Amino acid sequence: MKNNQIIVVDSGIGNLASVVNMIQKIGGEAKISSSLDEIRQAQKLVLPGVGSFDAGIIALKERSLDIAVKSAVKENGSLLLGICLGMQLLFDSSEEGSLPGLGLIPGHVCYFQLKDEKLRVPHMGWNIVKPKRSSILFDIEDEHRFYFVHSYHVNCLNAKDVSATTHHGYDFVSATESGNVMGVQFHPEKSHRFGMALFKKFLSL
Amino acid sequence: MLNSRVIPCLLLQNGGLVKTLKFAKPKYVGDPINAIRIFNDKEVDELIVLDISASKEKRDPDYALIEKFAGECFMPLCYGGGVNSVRQARQLFALGVEKVCLQTAALEDPSIITRISDNFGRQSVVVSVDIKKSWMGEYKLYRSIDGKKVKQPWLLYLQHVANAGAGEIVVNSVDLDGTMAGMNLELIREAASAIKIPLIAMGGAGSLSDMRDAIQVGASAVSAGAFFVFHGPHRAVLITYPDYRELEKLLGKK
Repeated sequence: MKNNQIIVVDSGIGNLASVVNMIQKIGGEAKISSSLDEIRQAQKLVLPGVGSFDAGIIALKERSLDIAVKSAVKENGSLLLGICLGMQLLFDSSEEGSLPGLGLIPGHVCYFQLKDEKLRVPHMGWNIVKPKRSSILFDIEDEHRFYFVHSYHVNCLNAKDVSATTHHGYDFVSATESGNVMGVQFHPEKSHRFGMALFKKFLSL
Repeated sequence: MLNSRVIPCLLLQNGGLVKTLKFAKPKYVGDPINAIRIFNDKEVDELIVLDISASKEKRDPDYALIEKFAGECFMPLCYGGGVNSVRQARQLFALGVEKVCLQTAALEDPSIITRISDNFGRQSVVVSVDIKKSWMGEYKLYRSIDGKKVKQPWLLYLQHVANAGAGEIVVNSVDLDGTMAGMNLELIREAASAIKIPLIAMGGAGSLSDMRDAIQVGASAVSAGAFFVFHGPHRAVLITYPDYRELEKLLGKK
């Protein structure tokens, strides 16, 4: 397994091309895969995803990718980065669906509850991400501005799993880190230099 | 704080980049890949690319070209032109496009909005609505494929489109296209108050303060063509995009 290789999990629901393009742009090697063995043995995994929660879980289960990803994380110590829906799928459950999530990070995904009528859902556009000092995905001194498109956000059961927050009506969890399992609600692959910095950081872990 | 998006809109015709004036007189402004590279370096919020001849010629999107765009585009990319099926949308998303923009197909049969939205989420569907003032001074839906006005009341159409599953709506003023004469704030205000999903205001932006005005009356984002590709009184072709700090100062906090 090469050190600069990232396996991009192909569950058929993600916009994989953008993720692959950016990993290659920063000098990494991206490999799209739905091979259970390859995923189980990967050093680094990215789980992209767009669409609804249940559709995401179903897509993973149909290909047994849920088991492969869990076994990679738990038995092989693989570093996993979930993006957008891919982040939400790491949690226990979602208000958007009825199926259980991967349960890798304790918490629940919920819809934006906004009081300010001027604010719209989906939360769509660029926003500031404020990382916590303990975060390993962000260089704390840098500026962090990312592109978001989502209507739901995660709530971590354990405050220690929150690695960054963003404000849209209120502060919500925009990045999470729980040991080797990480997730970002925004789209680093569409956030030019800010996204490149994040992928470089992930690659260097 | 969420910053309002400022989105260059690039028009494609026969593989080249053009800019129109009131939806006519397409003027060649350069190579699209080159333009996308420049916008990339300038850290643009988002890009819209519309192939203005695809629907007219009843042909598929130019997938090979779009794949090249997506490979160069490290920001969200919205493609429109000739999209009328879930199959085409799927192919575009697989190439690395984030959003598809529908106009002709949505006017013909709004269920296409629902079908794409059900399959890929509503964030991936943008509906473009062109509005032209009639000789009576009324706003009318305009169909860019044949330049005809559509009878259906435009505000109802916006709501219909939003209910059908659109994630965003672009409202473009045909009369102001390419003029850089300022945006139609009345139109933008009415449109923004009719829908709950984000509104992208387009048509007539000639300065950053024009864009600020549109945001202030309710637009979530502003798109423009001429403003980003023309420079000076003689409309010399020069691709520009304002510095982030400048945008932040002007549009930053909402």
